Amino acid sequence: MENTARIHDPSTYTIEKQPYYVPVGNEVTLFEAAYSSHLPVLLKGPTGCGKTRFMEYMAWKIQRPMITVSCHDDLTTSDLVGRYLVKGGETVWVDGPLTRAVRSGGICYLDEIVEARKDTMVVIHPLADDRRIMPIEKLGQLLEAPESFCLAISYNPGYQSVLKELKQSTRQRFVAIEFNYPTHDLERQIIIHETGLDVVSTDKLLKLADMTRNLKGNGLEEGASTRLLVHAGKLIAKGVEPRAACQGAVALALTDDSDMIAAINELIGALF
Amino acid sequence: MKSAWLPRSYDALLLHLEALYEIEFTFLKVEKLAEGLRPLDRDTQDFILGWAARLNSTNVYISHEFTIRVVDALDKMERRVIEAWAVRAADTFDRLGLRPALEVIQKVDSFLANTHTLAEGVTFEEVEPILSTFVCGLSGRRLKLAQGESVYTDSETLYLPNISARLEKAKDNFLLCKAQVAFMWAQIRFGSFRVDFATAFDAYPDKEQALAAFHALDTLRLEGCLARELPGLWRDMQRLDGVKGVEFPRLQSPDATVQDVLELVPQVLHRDFPQRIYQPALNPEAISACMLARMEREKILLRVKLAEMLKELGETPHPPTPSPSEGEEEKEVATPPEFEVKETLEGAGFELTLDDKPIAPPDEVKDLITSIMLDWGDVPPEFLVPAGPGEYDPSLYEKKENDSDPWKGIYHEDGAFLYDEWDNARQHYRKHWCVLREIDIPPADPAYVGLALQKHQGMVKHLRRTFEAMRDENRLLKRQVQGDDVDIDALVEALADCRDGREMSDKLFMHQHRADRNIAVMLMVDMSGSTKGWINDAIRESLVMLCEVLETLGDRYAIYGFSGIGRKRCEIYRIKTFEDPYNADTKARIAGIVPKDYTRMGVAIRHLSQKLNTIDAKTRLLITLSDGKPEDYFDIYNTQYGIEDTRQALFEARRTGIHPFCITIDKHGKDYLPHMYGHANWVEIDDVKKLPLKVADIYRRLTT
Repeated sequence: MENTARIHDPSTYTIEKQPYYVPVGNEVTLFEAAYSSHLPVLLKGPTGCGKTRFMEYMAWKIQRPMITVSCHDDLTTSDLVGRYLVKGGETVWVDGPLTRAVRSGGICYLDEIVEARKDTMVVIHPLADDRRIMPIEKLGQLLEAPESFCLAISYNPGYQSVLKELKQSTRQRFVAIEFNYPTHDLERQIIIHETGLDVVSTDKLLKLADMTRNLKGNGLEEGASTRLLVHAGKLIAKGVEPRAACQGAVALALTDDSDMIAAINELIGALF
Repeated sequence: MKSAWLPRSYDALLLHLEALYEIEFTFLKVEKLAEGLRPLDRDTQDFILGWAARLNSTNVYISHEFTIRVVDALDKMERRVIEAWAVRAADTFDRLGLRPALEVIQKVDSFLANTHTLAEGVTFEEVEPILSTFVCGLSGRRLKLAQGESVYTDSETLYLPNISARLEKAKDNFLLCKAQVAFMWAQIRFGSFRVDFATAFDAYPDKEQALAAFHALDTLRLEGCLARELPGLWRDMQRLDGVKGVEFPRLQSPDATVQDVLELVPQVLHRDFPQRIYQPALNPEAISACMLARMEREKILLRVKLAEMLKELGETPHPPTPSPSEGEEEKEVATPPEFEVKETLEGAGFELTLDDKPIAPPDEVKDLITSIMLDWGDVPPEFLVPAGPGEYDPSLYEKKENDSDPWKGIYHEDGAFLYDEWDNARQHYRKHWCVLREIDIPPADPAYVGLALQKHQGMVKHLRRTFEAMRDENRLLKRQVQGDDVDIDALVEALADCRDGREMSDKLFMHQHRADRNIAVMLMVDMSGSTKGWINDAIRESLVMLCEVLETLGDRYAIYGFSGIGRKRCEIYRIKTFEDPYNADTKARIAGIVPKDYTRMGVAIRHLSQKLNTIDAKTRLLITLSDGKPEDYFDIYNTQYGIEDTRQALFEARRTGIHPFCITIDKHGKDYLPHMYGHANWVEIDDVKKLPLKVADIYRRLTT
């Protein structure tokens, strides 16, 4: 096992090894078509259903560097575009991730876009329509995005909070691709590939996933995602007792409510 | 820790008991009691006298009866059990009155027989929250859990006993409940009730016997299903029951149905099957009644929903049927759009198609189809014919709200909430003690608000200005360690400092500060009779002023009034909810605040803090405007009891992250408010006329 982190330059680093991704529908062709027509893409779907993995896969497929920004409510325009810093008594301009992606013609992926404040998001508007330009006011520059530049954003419509909705003027600039949990066959295939688990245990995990998804809206905000199943599967494959693995990777990860945890533990106990 | 003091003497005990039971009025005999208590050590004496006093606050006769019996009971019961015994008696008194409560005390032996039940049994209240979620997680129809005399299901509700204590360990008793719930779920999920119970066993001479044989065989089949579906639970079930060995392998195969069971019934009529411990009772009448009603309702509902879906999809809903009553002939009408349900390979799932194209039905339709498939095995074709316009009366299929939750309204009254109340003397909650209803306040003339504003014109202007200054606005903060931009002034200064040989400051940036005032306020207004006259005017004017400033600030706020007579008639008046805008309607309701009855505060605090907790805000304030102590109509609430209950309710609110605050005009407020609200969380206004002006000012201090 390597013990030191490797350093990559985000503007040039491209993914070499093909990320494991199984297409659920027509999302790959849709993305490719949108990319070649210079249209920005909006990925929506519940957490852990493979949005980020899909982006990695596409970045690998088109061999462009991908810069990911995880949005949060303190994200400012300068955090995206860039800012002047003071260095040795002088001010120096430093590009933000968005600017860097535009300059290098890569993919800029804004993860969980609704977490960012609405006024911050306006900065991507000129990039997201047919102009494809990015004004950098502080530098007095107008950056025109190269052919290969691609803007992608993602969000989880499950949060249905009034405060966390995407503005119409933002969302109507994007080609939307909807993601959902894969079908059982696909999900089984994914878990087995990612964890090396046997089919019997995998099927039990799938059943557990269905049970927690039944609870959505009845005390749970979301059911167990494919990601959680993979986590649980990895633990089981490492020899952790299945009940304990699922309690740690699924029940406790899903909720803090003690009754709900108890109920999910009972479901786990009924299955394993 | 045992008390180190000497035991009380006979005389001391006598005096204590005489005072406790006020014997000159009640004529109760206490000499024997004192005699009985005398040989005990001081700690036990104190324990008994403590509980006697707590029970005495409920009823003197219960307490007396308790003291008579408790000395004997001491040998048989642990203190924990004695406490449970006393609390049970007090609860029984609350619910059923004196005689049943005395019986609980008198029949101490039957209570003792139940001690195991109480110690190791699991109550319905304990298992319900977990198992109702558990059964919801298993696939299929949404099933409810309810308390019943025995364990059975009517195919919609799963009944469990009040206390399950058949096994030795509490853990196993819980497991038993879980197994029973899962078994009843399996009965529904695997179609045990797809049998016409009314006629299926007619051919047998002894119907009861046939039914029992059916149930026993079906149990074997369902065990096979559970072993496949929930292997972990099945292991536990085998451990609980200890039954092994597979009979009738035909029933164990995955495709065995209830028809196979029916065919086997004649072979086993005279056999005695062992009763499984988790096996629920079979109640054919309840099942048939429930299923018949549901099947009819769901057929109608599905047809109506499909018609709605067609409309949304933009297809012609349905050609007008000449005679709506002849439902069966509808299929012959020229090519109506055809729905079809196909089961998918994965078993539980299905796909809905319209003219062979798959469509995604909304969740309610999905649930409906799932439910229908559970009853019928598949969806009968006549269910999939969209209903014609006006074919059914909506009242036929719309379930009434209060049907679904009988506890929502006591005595079948809508919109009533039940709350526990804290009994300080008993040191215990009285269960479901208060019945509270939310009522709309009759609006009065909204012009009142204009008049009130005019009256305090000068002050309003001043207040607005003050509060505008308070309003958090976006502003540029200079000389920050981090920020979006370089602060050139600071940089120049820092460089100059550097040249001078001094240390360079690191505060070189400007940061845009954004407004983030995230406060929700609940105003709880006393509408008791004592506010009649100028106090009521002052309260209303205060509200007007507060609304003005709250609108300036943009904080979210709600206003509710509270009053009532007695515990069964607690009332909350909606004046402004968090969603309501401050418009003419709201103003009219503020004007409509009138003095009503009494001030039972605890229940109002519990209800309103629950409402406040649904609001997502950083700071949640509960401000009470009041003119006096908590009180109620000739009730114990007028005593320390009321103050303690209110205090307890405020504790509960604080635990959930609410900041309570009280503004009062009661001159004696300092006698009890610090006890209820804490020293810093109340303020007394000596002059009612100043109330409107002060209230806004207090709000300012509270939130900055």
